[in-house]
Amino acid sequence: MQSEHNMKACGIVHKYGDNVDTDVIIPARYLNSSDPKELAKKCMEDIDADFVNRVKLGDIMVANKNFGCGSSREHAPIAIKASGISCVIAETFARIFYRNAINIGLPIIECPEAAKQISAGDQVEIDFDSGMIYDRTTGKEFKGQAFPEFMQQIIRAEGLINYINQKQEN
Amino acid sequence: MTQKILAAHAGLESVEAGQLIEADLDMVLANDITGPVAIHEVAKLNKKTVFDKDKVALVPDHFAPNKDIKSAEHCKCVREYAKEHGITNYFEVGQMGIEHALLPEKGLVVAGDTCIGADSHTCTYGALGAFSTGVGSTDMGAGMITGKAWFKVPSAIRFILTGKLGKWVSGKDVILHIIGMIGVDGALYRSMEFAGDGVANLTMDDRFTIANMAIEAGAKNGIFPVDEKTIEYIKERSTKPYHVFCADEDAVYDETYTIDLSSLKPTVAFPHLPENTKTVEEAGDIKIDQVVIGSCTNGRISDIRAAAKVLEGRKVADGVRAIVIPATQAIYLQAMEEGLLKTFIEAGCIVSTPTCGPCLGGHMGILAAGERAVSTTNRNFVGRMGHTESEVYLASPAVAAASAVTGKISEPSELGL
Repeated sequence: MQSEHNMKACGIVHKYGDNVDTDVIIPARYLNSSDPKELAKKCMEDIDADFVNRVKLGDIMVANKNFGCGSSREHAPIAIKASGISCVIAETFARIFYRNAINIGLPIIECPEAAKQISAGDQVEIDFDSGMIYDRTTGKEFKGQAFPEFMQQIIRAEGLINYINQKQEN
Repeated sequence: MTQKILAAHAGLESVEAGQLIEADLDMVLANDITGPVAIHEVAKLNKKTVFDKDKVALVPDHFAPNKDIKSAEHCKCVREYAKEHGITNYFEVGQMGIEHALLPEKGLVVAGDTCIGADSHTCTYGALGAFSTGVGSTDMGAGMITGKAWFKVPSAIRFILTGKLGKWVSGKDVILHIIGMIGVDGALYRSMEFAGDGVANLTMDDRFTIANMAIEAGAKNGIFPVDEKTIEYIKERSTKPYHVFCADEDAVYDETYTIDLSSLKPTVAFPHLPENTKTVEEAGDIKIDQVVIGSCTNGRISDIRAAAKVLEGRKVADGVRAIVIPATQAIYLQAMEEGLLKTFIEAGCIVSTPTCGPCLGGHMGILAAGERAVSTTNRNFVGRMGHTESEVYLASPAVAAASAVTGKISEPSELGL
């Protein structure tokens, strides 16, 4: 489970390959809704129809390079977050997905070693403060790339909207 | 070139790759899919008013004309927001077109601008020598209210274009060739800058098509130098002041590729990634069920003309559905006046009002299991145009039109053209 106080995530891994695009994360045929709960029911449907049945609150998604490529639909990170996923680890993220995830408060970490070595079904724990990723199944540890201070501020504010409000109040 | 535009909009002398900056925005765009999410988000902001009602564009084009009740509610949400906030550049069905064809046509983006849009193909306006990039709804909403956005300054890859395209070879073949060469993450987080004397031989429509698909290589933006063709295009359409930025002689690039335009051949991207490119010659015998000619990538007048030239006096093959979608009302009208719509209808095509519809599997031509389409759109991911077991082959309007005639992936030369 992810706790907002100590910024940790812990869960079972769902593993995917290269170039997971936003059309398979949330197919456009479902974009006539913007309700997170409705979107979550269709998350990953076109590449992993059973994902929505398997996923449990706090689980972790791990993928290889260019995760979230394709369209700018914010519905993609919204669907992943609302499905219960507490963090996405990938070798690299497509840039719009990267921004969107931070802006809506879905934690993501770039870590090529973790992306390669963590397997589906592993129990993984992440400490966001240190950027450390612990694979409790294999005992391996990985150091994820830390966010620049500016992005950490957005994440701490739980998204861009709160960040802007806080900045204007100051 | 990108770095210079960003520096100017951040009030800085210069910027360098990796630097985080906050830049002033000249245009902020959303559509009927991304707009409602942005509108919902900005309702949580303390400041409610838009930063400049002339610098926001709202275009219902994806699931418009409304494809179902939920889409109708989304379009209504955008319409009511535009009315409430006095958004100058709201385009209702009847005036609207596919956003990335419409904004340049209306003169809303010019050289030197910095522009964000909640649509990944916002990178299209790089053809005008603007910095333009796709963002999500929250970024768009924040930009619409504050007039600013944060960027990590990208490094750049340079593509030096030389020579001239051959007959029936277009901007689409150029960008498909490049994506095939560098891959769908080949330009990830970076800027694709086009240069070289071959640029002068590309039409503005070709440049829009090339910049449009920069995102398909993972790029933050694609950008062309400004030349006489750019200035002429802008002056005909806009009264906005434009600013010409040039890349420094000693500018630093991560990589440089040189591409001889005359060596390129009609190219097609096989399922399910835009990087899976082959020349049409190498494609083999691929039978098809549907052809789509249109989209923000290839729905401009030269695209429609190229398709009409191939289809003139010919018939769409039995068993093939050919759907032609001019990208804006102005293009539609021009195609009508030039007699191109008659050519399409006589050939057995249908001609639709502007919409993104089939490109993203929304409406106006969805594929069933096992069906194949040749499409002038920009993505061929699993399920992009319909069933997960359908297939999309990306190609130019000329190749799509030739394929409609033969019923398999073909180029115009196979028809004796």
